Amino acid sequence: MSNEITTTSNPVNRTQLMAFGVMVLFFVIAPLWVYPVFLMKVMCFALFACAFNLLIGFGGLLSFGHAMFLGMAGYVSAHAAKVWGVSPELAVLCGTLSATLLAVVTGLLAIRRQGIYFAMITLALSQMVFFMCLQMPFTGGEDGIQAVPQGLLFGTVDLSVSMNMYMFVLAIFLFGFVAIWRIVHSPFGQVLKAIRENQDRAISLGYDVDHYKFLAFVLSGTLAGMAGATKALVFQLASLTDVHWSMSGEVVLMTLVGGMGTLFGPVFGAAVIVAMQNYLAQMGAWVTIIQGVIFVLCVMAFRRGIIGELANWLRKSL
Amino acid sequence: MEIFGIPSQALFGQLLIGLINGSFYALLSLGLAVIFGLLNIINFSHGAQYMLGAFVAYLALNKLGLNYWYALVFAPVVVGATGVIIERTMLQRLYKLDHLYGLLLTFGLALVIQGLFRNEFGASGSPYPVPEVFQGVFNLGFMFLPKYRAWVIVVSVVVCFSTWFVIERTKLGAYLRAATENPSLVQAFGINVPRMITLTYAFGVGLAALAGVMAAPIYQVSPMMGADIIIVVFAVVVVGGMGSIMGAILTGFGLGLLEGLTKVFYPEASNTVVFVVMAVVLLIKPSGLFGTQK
Repeated sequence: MSNEITTTSNPVNRTQLMAFGVMVLFFVIAPLWVYPVFLMKVMCFALFACAFNLLIGFGGLLSFGHAMFLGMAGYVSAHAAKVWGVSPELAVLCGTLSATLLAVVTGLLAIRRQGIYFAMITLALSQMVFFMCLQMPFTGGEDGIQAVPQGLLFGTVDLSVSMNMYMFVLAIFLFGFVAIWRIVHSPFGQVLKAIRENQDRAISLGYDVDHYKFLAFVLSGTLAGMAGATKALVFQLASLTDVHWSMSGEVVLMTLVGGMGTLFGPVFGAAVIVAMQNYLAQMGAWVTIIQGVIFVLCVMAFRRGIIGELANWLRKSL
Repeated sequence: MEIFGIPSQALFGQLLIGLINGSFYALLSLGLAVIFGLLNIINFSHGAQYMLGAFVAYLALNKLGLNYWYALVFAPVVVGATGVIIERTMLQRLYKLDHLYGLLLTFGLALVIQGLFRNEFGASGSPYPVPEVFQGVFNLGFMFLPKYRAWVIVVSVVVCFSTWFVIERTKLGAYLRAATENPSLVQAFGINVPRMITLTYAFGVGLAALAGVMAAPIYQVSPMMGADIIIVVFAVVVVGGMGSIMGAILTGFGLGLLEGLTKVFYPEASNTVVFVVMAVVLLIKPSGLFGTQK
C-alpha cells in the first residue's frame, strides 16, 4: 500500500515523544473519569491493533487472520491460570509464547505468497485454528474457559483489585507499544519498509526478503498474542469470539480508522471502535452494518485514517 | 456391502454431499477467478452475493409468487445489476491503488449486506421448497440419488464448462484474456475495456447469485449462509491457483469430494481438511496446483 501511508522514517523525533507523553498521561489519569474495565479493553485492543499494524503498516502485508493469535493466546493464558494455577505474569507469558509458536508455523506457510494471496491464506489458516479451538477439549468448545482466576502478580499484588489490574495492563500495553516503536526505527524496521516500498529492489540489494517478512510476522503474532493473553485475564474469559474471522476484520478496521503505518493510529482507532461497540451494543446487527459502512468510507475517501490525516496536516510523522 | 469397513450407503451418501458442496465451491471459485483475472481484486463480498441470490429467490417466491425457474434467471440478473452499481460507483475508483483496498472495500460491503439482512430476517434460516419436478429420488441400485441434487450437479458442471468454453475458446473470451494481459493495448484496438470490466464483475457476482438460488432448497436461506463458505472457497482458490479457469473448477469439485470422504473416514477433520490441503500445497507448490507464479 505504498503511496497512501505516512512513513515514520526518521529516528525518534520530538513530536512522537510528545505524543507518547500525552498518551501515557491520558491512560494514567483517565480511570479517574472513565470506567477502568473499558479502558483496559481499549488497551488490549490497542496493543492488538499496533501488532497488526507492524505487519501491514510497515511490512505491507495484510493479514486477515490475526484473530488466531489473539484467541489462541487467550485460551492458553486462561488455561494456564485456571488449570495449572500459575501466577498471572507466567500465564501471560505462556499465552504469548503459544502465539509465537503459532506464528512460526503459520508464518512459514503464509509468506510463501504475497498481496491478496497472503490475506486469503492467513484468513484460511485462522479459520482452521477456529475449528481446532471449537473441537479441542481444553478450550471448552462453545462455552470457552470461564471464571479465569486473576491471581497474585509476582505472588504479592492482588490483581482482582481493579486498579492493580489496570496498572498491570497499562504496563503490558506500554511495553508492547515501545517494543513496536523500537522495532520500527531499528535497521530491521527500515529494511521492512524498503520491502514494502519495492520488494524487487530490496532483493536486488541482497536482502533475504522472506527472512525479514517471516520475522515481522512472528513479532506481530507474538505481540498480538500478548494482547490476547492479557485480555483473557482482564475479562476472566477466553472464548470463540476472539478466534472468529470477524475479530480479524475488526482489527483491520481499527487500524484503518486510526491510520495504517502510523505509530499512534491503531491506538486511536482501537479506542474509537471499542467505544462505538460499547455505546451501540444494544443495537445488535446495526453494529456490523455501521462497521461495514466505516470500512467503505475509509477505503473510498479516508485512506490515511484519523491520525494519518493529522500527521499529514501537521507535516510530522506520528 | 462394505468398502474399507464403511457401509457403501454411507460412503456414497457422503460422497454425494461432497459433490454437492464441490459444485458450489466450483461455481463460487470460478466467479472469484473470473473477477480476479480482469479486476485484480478478490471479491470478499462474494459470499454475501451468494446469500443475496438465495434471498432473491426466497422473496420472489414468498412476495411475488415467482417460482424457482423464474428465480434461476431473475436472481443472477438482479444481483448482477447491483454488481454493476458497486463496480461503477466504488470499485472503479480503486484500480490505480494497491489491490488490497479492493479486498477491504468488498469486505466492508459484505458486512453491510449481511448485517442488513440479519436485521430484517434474523439469524435463523428459512426453508425453500424443492421444485415439484425434482421431488423424489433416482434409484441407482447402489444408492438413492435425490433428483434435485442430481440437477444441481448437472447445472453446475454445465455452467462451469460453458464459462470455461466462452473464456478459452471464443472471440469474446479472447478479448477478455487479452485485456487481462494488457488492458491499455486492448483499449487501443477500440475495445471498451472499462465496460468489459463492469460486465465481468456483474457476470462473476451473477454466478454467485446463481449458486445461491441453487443452494436455497438444499441449505436453508439465511443471512450468514455465505460468510463461512467464502473462506473455504478462498482456500480452494489458493489450492487451485487463480490463473486458470479450469483449475478453479476442478479444484472446487475435487476438494468438495475430499471433504465428503473425510466425513466418512475421519469426521473430526472434515471442517479443516480443505485448509490442511491448502497448507500442503503451499509447501510443495506455492503458486497453486494450476497456477503460475507472477
